[in-house]
Amino acid sequence: MRIKTTISDSGLEKFNRTSNVTNLFFNLVFIFLALVCVIPVVVVLSISFSSEASIRETGYHLLPTVLSGEAYGYIVKQGTMILRALGVSALVTVAGTVLGVFLTTSMGYVISRPTYKLKGFLTWVVFIPMVFNGGLVSSYFINSNLLGLKDSVWALILPLAVSSFNVIICKTFFKSTIPDGLVESAEIDGASQLRIFFSIILPISLPVIATIGLFLCFGYWNDWFQSMLYIDNQNLYSLQALLNSLMSNVDALAKNAASMGVSYAVLVATMPKESARMAVAILIVLPVAFAYPFFQKYFISGLTVGAVKG
Amino acid sequence: MSSKAEQKEKRKRLPFRWHKQDTELTLLALPTTIWYILFCFLPMFGIIIAFKNFRISGGFLSNVFKSPWVGFKNFEFLFKSNDAWVIIRNTIGYNIIFIILGIVLPVLFAIMIGLLHSRKASKVYQTMMFLPYFLSWVVVSAVGWAFLSFDKGIVNSMLVNMGGDPVNWYMEPSYWPFFLIFLNVWKGLGYGMVIYLATITSLDSTYYEAAIIDGASIWQQTRYITLPMLKLVIVMMFILSVGRIFYTDFGLFYQVTRDSNSLFNVATTIDVMVYKQLKTATVGMASAAAFVQSVLGCATILTANWIVRKIDSDSAMM
Repeated sequence: MRIKTTISDSGLEKFNRTSNVTNLFFNLVFIFLALVCVIPVVVVLSISFSSEASIRETGYHLLPTVLSGEAYGYIVKQGTMILRALGVSALVTVAGTVLGVFLTTSMGYVISRPTYKLKGFLTWVVFIPMVFNGGLVSSYFINSNLLGLKDSVWALILPLAVSSFNVIICKTFFKSTIPDGLVESAEIDGASQLRIFFSIILPISLPVIATIGLFLCFGYWNDWFQSMLYIDNQNLYSLQALLNSLMSNVDALAKNAASMGVSYAVLVATMPKESARMAVAILIVLPVAFAYPFFQKYFISGLTVGAVKG
Repeated sequence: MSSKAEQKEKRKRLPFRWHKQDTELTLLALPTTIWYILFCFLPMFGIIIAFKNFRISGGFLSNVFKSPWVGFKNFEFLFKSNDAWVIIRNTIGYNIIFIILGIVLPVLFAIMIGLLHSRKASKVYQTMMFLPYFLSWVVVSAVGWAFLSFDKGIVNSMLVNMGGDPVNWYMEPSYWPFFLIFLNVWKGLGYGMVIYLATITSLDSTYYEAAIIDGASIWQQTRYITLPMLKLVIVMMFILSVGRIFYTDFGLFYQVTRDSNSLFNVATTIDVMVYKQLKTATVGMASAAAFVQSVLGCATILTANWIVRKIDSDSAMM
């Protein structure tokens, strides 16, 4: 959906405007707000490019006093841990998004079929968890003890794959945009339901797949809570989990490097701790910051689709 | 293609006839159904932990069956602890403020941004203001640290430059309600604006044209057309957030405060307490708290939905 930014497209538009003074005032307000939203990220970027010595002496600054790429150099040089975390994040994001899109759209399609016998039952299956849940404690024990997800990469993927809200977005979409005749004619031609779903419905449902895929994608990339709950093994840390442990303990990187045979003391003395922490934050933010302006319109249409009840 | 009436008749004629299609559709729904059973419905039964003296050792199921019933003992412990009321106060108090600000500010700014002359500028502002929404709380916590850290933080070095004394922000509870409220607004404003702006721009432009012909000023148009038309969305958003009043954003209250003990009184909510107790293995109270949260949460959502249905039956979830 295209968001119009002024109320009317008609010829009255020019005439029916706020005064220039008001417009200027509004612009100033929004410039201020926009800067408040963006500057913190710029600050983190600038800290990541500050030299460690200058940080140690004078602390963080809005703009780096001594420009330096040593944090990134360090990350590249002793990169195994960060590379692995990047790998975990990427894997979880891709696998989770693909799995989540499949699970969500298939369920959404099935409960959108008006003649399906179990439609009512499955709708309740989707609906009840929106209202009531087992709570953190019992979910935690079920996932870690009964399903054995503790310290497994599946703990980062599976619990986030489906959300009832997404299923309902899908159902609404299928119901309102797929004509019954399309499915019926395929049925008459003898296509099985699975075939209809995979080779007819999915290809024409790109808008909703994109919306849900994006929601899932950002959700997986930004998730740190599952790691905090289920992952103790540092090899399975995602970028978020790594940053989380760096936030509480800047030496975490050095410890990892020490296990690779470099003297711990030497490393702790020479590594850029503060800027490395912010550099990892930038590593997380960068793909998101570049991607989201392009996907913003999908998000907006997704939000609007979600608001319409079918 | 059969009409609705025909379909209805067909269904009547074959009341419980199971078709091949139904088998295929069931097959298609099976993976997701299994997911729902494992990750949503099993935990619902796991909720009985709250009524047991549960210990973590060995297999989960045998543990649940073996551990003795204690009735409402866990709840007694929970509500007799001094912290319970602080935590409930925090959870509900912050949520009330978040709900009010989460409606007033986005509506205000959505109307304002809709009135800007330049579309391009409005687009740029929107994009910039949407950014915080996409940052994870871990990143936000790093950002917060850059500003508030005691010895290196930007705020403190500014204070020192201006001749003041540095403040140990993470030890000072009095500032944190403002920080937390600010961050919540900061992160959600862009998102909220988009929702209201989408509604504003989808309004029928003929209302405005008629108003302009009648000589209504921009302010009158806003007051008598835009706001009344937004009312329904506002009520919806209000009721949805009221339904979540026992839940808080764990990341905001745990990550951003860096779990600082000095901030306990101003930053501990139900979610934070449940997590902390889970990690320190005091399962009894944690499960009781989680139980209270789920049950009360369910009650508020159903009540909220009931109210929505009274106001506008189309907007209700059920």
